[in-house]
Amino acid sequence: MRWSAVAPSNCCAIWSRAEPSRVSTSLASSPNGGPSGIPAGGLHIQFHEVEKRYGMRLALRGVTLSIAAGECVALVGHNGSGKTTLLKVAAQLTRPSRGKIAFQAGENSLSLEEVKSRVGMVGHHTLVYEELTAEENLIFFAKLFGLEDPAEKARQALQPVGLSGRATDLVRTFSRGMRQRLSIARALLASPGLLLLDEAGTGLDPEGQQWLGATIKRLRDSGCTILMSTHGRNETQGAVTRAIRLDGGKITHDSGAGGNPREILVMAAVRESGEEGAQ
Amino acid sequence: MATEAQSQTASSAAISAPSIVLVFLLLAAASYGALIWAPTENTMGLVQRIFYFHVSSAWSGFVSFILVFIGSVAYLRTRALKWDWLSVASAEVGVAFFTIVLVTGPIWAKPVWGIWWTWDARLTSSFLLWVLFVSYLVLRTLVEEPERRALVSAVFGIFATLDIPLVYFSIWWFRTQHPQPVIGDGGKLDSRMGWVLLLCWAATLGVMTVLIRLRYRLEALRAELDSYRMEASRDA
Amino acid sequence: MTLVRATGVILSKELRTEFRSRELLVTTAVFVLIVVVLFSFTFNPTSSESRRFGPGLLWLAFLFAGSLMLQSSFLREQTNDTLAALRLAPIDPFSILAGKMAANFLFLLLVEVILLPVFAVLYNVAILPVLTPLLLVLTLGTIGLAATGTVFSAVAAQARLRELLLPLLLLPVLAPVLIASTEATIGILRDPPELSLVWLTFLACFDVVFLTAAWMVGEYLLEE
Repeated sequence: MRWSAVAPSNCCAIWSRAEPSRVSTSLASSPNGGPSGIPAGGLHIQFHEVEKRYGMRLALRGVTLSIAAGECVALVGHNGSGKTTLLKVAAQLTRPSRGKIAFQAGENSLSLEEVKSRVGMVGHHTLVYEELTAEENLIFFAKLFGLEDPAEKARQALQPVGLSGRATDLVRTFSRGMRQRLSIARALLASPGLLLLDEAGTGLDPEGQQWLGATIKRLRDSGCTILMSTHGRNETQGAVTRAIRLDGGKITHDSGAGGNPREILVMAAVRESGEEGAQ
Repeated sequence: MATEAQSQTASSAAISAPSIVLVFLLLAAASYGALIWAPTENTMGLVQRIFYFHVSSAWSGFVSFILVFIGSVAYLRTRALKWDWLSVASAEVGVAFFTIVLVTGPIWAKPVWGIWWTWDARLTSSFLLWVLFVSYLVLRTLVEEPERRALVSAVFGIFATLDIPLVYFSIWWFRTQHPQPVIGDGGKLDSRMGWVLLLCWAATLGVMTVLIRLRYRLEALRAELDSYRMEASRDA
Repeated sequence: MTLVRATGVILSKELRTEFRSRELLVTTAVFVLIVVVLFSFTFNPTSSESRRFGPGLLWLAFLFAGSLMLQSSFLREQTNDTLAALRLAPIDPFSILAGKMAANFLFLLLVEVILLPVFAVLYNVAILPVLTPLLLVLTLGTIGLAATGTVFSAVAAQARLRELLLPLLLLPVLAPVLIASTEATIGILRDPPELSLVWLTFLACFDVVFLTAAWMVGEYLLEE
């Protein structure tokens, strides 16, 4: 696998002082994967008749979906269509009201507890502590994930997101974009086999979004399974292998495991600009 | 289907006419026993008769709160909302009984001791229990989503009921260190009084059961209505 | 990651966060001070009256301050939804609660220890000769306060009117702690000092019962 396509070098210069090869090493560096010792590979997820109810509101209705290891899936749909809820169920942040979810790594099925150490999520909120420095935040989470040498892991994680220079600054002083980058670094700390992104591009400037797109592509190439909700914008389209459209908690379109996601993505982008135009 | 199961639950909670009649009879018998048949107490006179209802209400209140504990634990283990219905029904009925205790206490105290309230062990504990479960009910009004409300109430319900023996012991031991006139005692109980007390307790237990079932049924019906609404919105 | 280690990591994060700004500690300490001073206006603080009323008022001040301070335990995690970040980690959910309980215990104890000499001066009571038993009572009472308060702050975080709700839930449940701690403290401040084994054992029982209850059901409060 060639790593030269990390990012266009001018963009890379702003975001990382490390040479591409060093960056790629740190991401693919774990032949022993996470703490469980299973080789780092993408996770396979299976949703079976998953339903999620919040009081009277049905956020997800009977979603059955199988995502193979290494797929890069884009979830599109209006606000309130269930994208965030689906991601939360995958992250085990919320238990389905009905139905089940199951994970597999290679040939082995994983228990729900084992899976937690292999999942990284970037949510709507930044999920970092403002009163701590960037470095302290990452060391804290590295410890919670049981990583060895948390200080070193934290330092390594700050490089690709271009925050090494601000490692000892309080997150309170960061701009929205910097917090988002830190949040992404946090999600990638434990070399996840499954990455969940809930509109992770929000708050990033265009260069940041380009970097994010390149990072997603790189992760996908290294075998990580990616499930992300997007607004169908361009920065991440390059890496997407499958697109799923949700409406009212149900899957309405699915380009399928081997299919072409373009159509659904274009349709979503058109709908969005239509909505934006109308507003 | 969910709705069938739920309508079964609702209808199975319905009260049968014979049981209501039975409770009525028990109450009538208890009232007769307390007000007429039991001997008049020497020192306190007629007003002492309130003691039968005062004490049996407290005992039935306890039983209600134990049911809150059972409902709370069962909900956390099974996540079946019917246990939450049992908890809220029992809590409300328990609060009602302890209100009776707190009202009959002063009614008894005033003619006998000349004061409305003394901070004696039993009354103080009853008051605190009353406050505790009123807090439980207030908590429930402040959480809207049914599953979250059930979860949160179950946890608080468990803590509140575990607190009951601790409340009683601490107040009792405090009172033994700092004695005060005691309202709660009815003096020596002669055997007829004992029987009447048991009869009154049986009557209040009957009332408790009827009230809890009625309240439970109300929750069950509400849930059934909600599930119909949701079926409708699901198909929409 | 074991429960104890995860609790330790979270505890050190809580301590680091709080000691950086110290805003919660300072505010709580000032609040207790205000309450203690205001209470002193309600009676004549002669020596014998102080010994009778003082401890009760002191413990009331601690309880009020605690029920206000404990709010922030979970409210702080709501700013950037960091609670979700904690729940994503492969740790026992109870360790989140335990870490916060331990942190709250330490903060409250620190505030109490700081205010103790102030109380001694304002109410003319001698605490140095009986410092050890006093600290024992403070510790046992504060464990109960912190454990119950942390669990209830997780409860209140899911409801409306949470600033009012937490004291409403906490104070009745803690009534036994108030009684026991006050009585034990009064005994210690007597001349000669008496250490009431009954009250101390009672406080220990309270702590054990509620810590166990928190361990068994507390983590459900963190679910979504």
